[in-house]
Amino acid sequence: MAFAQHIGTTRYVFPDLKTLLARATPFRSGDALAGVAAESAEERIAAQRALADLPLTHFLSESVVPYEADEVTRLIQDSHDKAAFAPIRSLTIGGFRDWLLADATDSATLAALAPGLMPEMVAATSKIMRAADLISVAAKCENVTRFRNTIGLKGRLSIRLQPNHPTDDPRGIAAATLDGLLLGAGDAVIGVNPATDNVEAVLRILDMLDRLRLAYDIPTQSCVLAHVTTTMRAMDMGAPVDLVFQSIGGTEGVNRSFGVDLALLAEAHEQALTLKRGSLGQNVMYFETGQGSALSADAHHGVDQQTIEARAYAVARRFSPLLVNSVVGFIGPEYLFDGKQILRAGLEDHFCGKLLGLPMGVDVCYTNHAEADQDDMDALLTCLAAAGVTYVMGVPGADDVMLAYQSTSFHDGLYARAALGKRPAPEFEDWLNHMGIGSTTEAIPARLSPALIGLE
Amino acid sequence: MNTPSKWRDLRRFTDARVALGRAGNALPTAAHLDFQEAHARARDAVWSSLDVAKLEEELSPLGLPLQRVTSQAEERRRFLLRPDLGRRLPEGTALPKSLGSIALVIADGLCASGVQQQAPALLSVLVPALIKAGFTPGPIIIAEQARVALGDDVAEAMEAAAVVVLIGERPGLSATDSMGLYITWAARRGSNDAMRNCISNIRPGGLSADFAAAKALWLLAEARKLGATGVALKDEMPSTYRLT
Repeated sequence: MAFAQHIGTTRYVFPDLKTLLARATPFRSGDALAGVAAESAEERIAAQRALADLPLTHFLSESVVPYEADEVTRLIQDSHDKAAFAPIRSLTIGGFRDWLLADATDSATLAALAPGLMPEMVAATSKIMRAADLISVAAKCENVTRFRNTIGLKGRLSIRLQPNHPTDDPRGIAAATLDGLLLGAGDAVIGVNPATDNVEAVLRILDMLDRLRLAYDIPTQSCVLAHVTTTMRAMDMGAPVDLVFQSIGGTEGVNRSFGVDLALLAEAHEQALTLKRGSLGQNVMYFETGQGSALSADAHHGVDQQTIEARAYAVARRFSPLLVNSVVGFIGPEYLFDGKQILRAGLEDHFCGKLLGLPMGVDVCYTNHAEADQDDMDALLTCLAAAGVTYVMGVPGADDVMLAYQSTSFHDGLYARAALGKRPAPEFEDWLNHMGIGSTTEAIPARLSPALIGLE
Repeated sequence: MNTPSKWRDLRRFTDARVALGRAGNALPTAAHLDFQEAHARARDAVWSSLDVAKLEEELSPLGLPLQRVTSQAEERRRFLLRPDLGRRLPEGTALPKSLGSIALVIADGLCASGVQQQAPALLSVLVPALIKAGFTPGPIIIAEQARVALGDDVAEAMEAAAVVVLIGERPGLSATDSMGLYITWAARRGSNDAMRNCISNIRPGGLSADFAAAKALWLLAEARKLGATGVALKDEMPSTYRLT
């Protein structure tokens, strides 16, 4: 179905929903690279006005990627909860934006609504929202998950401790982990990106992380962010797997480029559930996403990168994950050119994930060929903390020596908690207090003796 | 060594930025400025350009023809925004035919200063070794605003048997002088990454030029037997392998 909009005397026509969404998207380099961006600021606002007038029910009948061609579209359409959708079914996208921002729309309302929302509805709405709108609405959402602690409660901000090492050296990983614990990080997960996706190497890190967790009796979970098939193999071999990780995207094609499909993810999910390692809950999956991956895999179907990203959240929520984060600035300047584009994308991804019911975190990050620096990351981190982000990363000194990019540091986590009055996950906060962590001191508390984790 | 009990003892175990201390919730000034300096160096490296005259001077003892090209990306900002253009020679670019040769490309990639520093040393070892092993090294193409796949266009234009691309790697905070080496047998426009073998992290403190040249030669010799590089060619170079 075509859409038309007058701006002054110019009539803009958009032949279908995906074109309307793409032209309405605030500018970013990846949409220009894909050739789907609006060609002028006026065309963009024309698309935004047309989008604002579009009834939400239109999304029930027109998909941006064909139902027959894509299992993610089928998942979205087939799992749509019409009863949950009922309270908003008469609204337009513009009306829905106003409804979301209204004082009467609270956490409970949004939680009940989530299964009734399709990713494309949420993405569309975000395109006519400012940063402040994205923050205000996301801050109302409370999506709580549990494994060995409770993540996502109002007033809490968790940190993924990311102690990567260029050669997966166990002592190097242990030292970076202890550094992070001493700075209050690790309640979301202690999660290592392995340098190689080799089963034996992954087994070694899994074993080392589990022994470290037990030695300090930390109420948290660990994860080695290997390919899902590698982790399944590790589970076959009896490895201590808390969370199963996988990178995912918003089309069948991009997921295929990652070597996964929904059936494989379902199999991994089932396998992890049988281990019953969670003490408080059984949210056993961890997913990472990021705008631009579908274009990079040539699997974007002419859809703008932010809409595709929101569709990845439909894949994620199918498996009730403990954690989901967009790795927003990792992909490079051809998709998100500078600090401004990264800021906007980070807030959009968080908003969309939260509204769809996910425990949404963000890897606030950049590479050295992007036009971005620490000031840009501070701005995004502060905005996200105000938006109630579930978790952010914690990397020693913000410098990931394995992946060669900059994320947020342990110090940044402390800053964000202090600046916005956020606290760690409750069980982890008790543990920090019990262990004597928090004061500025050179001596490592006796309960955290490095000798306990093999550092001698 | 004594058992670690102080925070700073953790630095013994990793090059990651651990035990930086605290100024409230922030980094102390010295650690903050260390980071800013590393980022400044990385940024300058991304925006650096090849000193082609200097390269030509350093490569002249090899006795190979040299030719300079620029990709369709033309300048740095466009190169960063349009990776597709960095993979293409301008239409009609004339390159010398060198049927069956090993085309050699020095590409700036995301760090011109990295390839500038590492390429001459590597080629000074690799080129004589190629000749000894019965390969014909082609002309050396010095390519600006170039990504790895630009080598495919070069190989096609030259009708080369294979292309070796030396390219500046994206600078991190700890390394701003790193070079990668990509080998593609029977490279033609449209060759993909699964058809290449890669040697990464060639720099002082990473892989030495001698080691990388030996590995490149081993891979090329295997590729000649297989008629292919990439996923079909596993790196099983014996640890005793030396350049002959």
